[in-house]
Amino acid sequence: MARTSPAERPLSPHLQIYKPTITMMMSILHRITGAALFFGTLLVVGFLLALASGKASFATAQAIYGSALGKLVLFGYTYALFQHMLGGIRHFIWDTAAGLERETRFKLAWATLIGALALTVLVWICVLVG
Amino acid sequence: MAKSTNPFVTPTARVRGLGAAKSGTGHFWLSRVTALSNAILTVAFVIIVLKLIKTDYAGAIKLIGHPVAAILMLLFTLSAAVHMRLGMQVIIEDYIHSEGKKVVLLALNTFFAIAVGVAAAYSILKIGFAA
Repeated sequence: MARTSPAERPLSPHLQIYKPTITMMMSILHRITGAALFFGTLLVVGFLLALASGKASFATAQAIYGSALGKLVLFGYTYALFQHMLGGIRHFIWDTAAGLERETRFKLAWATLIGALALTVLVWICVLVG
Repeated sequence: MAKSTNPFVTPTARVRGLGAAKSGTGHFWLSRVTALSNAILTVAFVIIVLKLIKTDYAGAIKLIGHPVAAILMLLFTLSAAVHMRLGMQVIIEDYIHSEGKKVVLLALNTFFAIAVGVAAAYSILKIGFAA
């Protein structure tokens, strides 16, 4: 007779069991930055709405986005954007079944983090200096 | 979830055609296609924003109102809206196990993505046609 109810199977070990690795961290960061960008889109839409609504609302938006807190949030948005973008490119490489070896995996993970931080700093140098 | 306790459906029948995701590779593929368009359009978006922060109101209207910038911004916001809906859907499906709560959140996710896309598109078009 065929079994009709699912068998009781052991659960696979989860996060707290493993020693943190850079690949694990970049995977978690990819999801966190993705979720952050989901809500961060409101920053883009808010700015566009303000610009479309006229001079007064644009001035208000400029004051909010240009404040210290505003700049901090935008700095975080910039980092999330680049972290998620480079993480996505890493996934594209894996989609071709390349770069899955242990050493390459670690190099790609570090490249994602360092690249995202470098691009964020570069953009903000352009913002503050340019 | 309810289906797994149905004694008249064998595990094979349950998995065949449907599986846990209840869809094929459409979700995966669209997330990859929009990831590619997002990556390309992000470059344009960053350049436009860097130009934007140096301008006043009139300059910003002129900049976003330019057809090339307007079209690139439209593509960026719409591509992002589709991609973020797919991504948030996976997050909800991963962490929310109550069926009712999950269905409500998945609907809200869709509403949010469409609202974001429409609000961005309307604003850009209004700026573009007024400029």
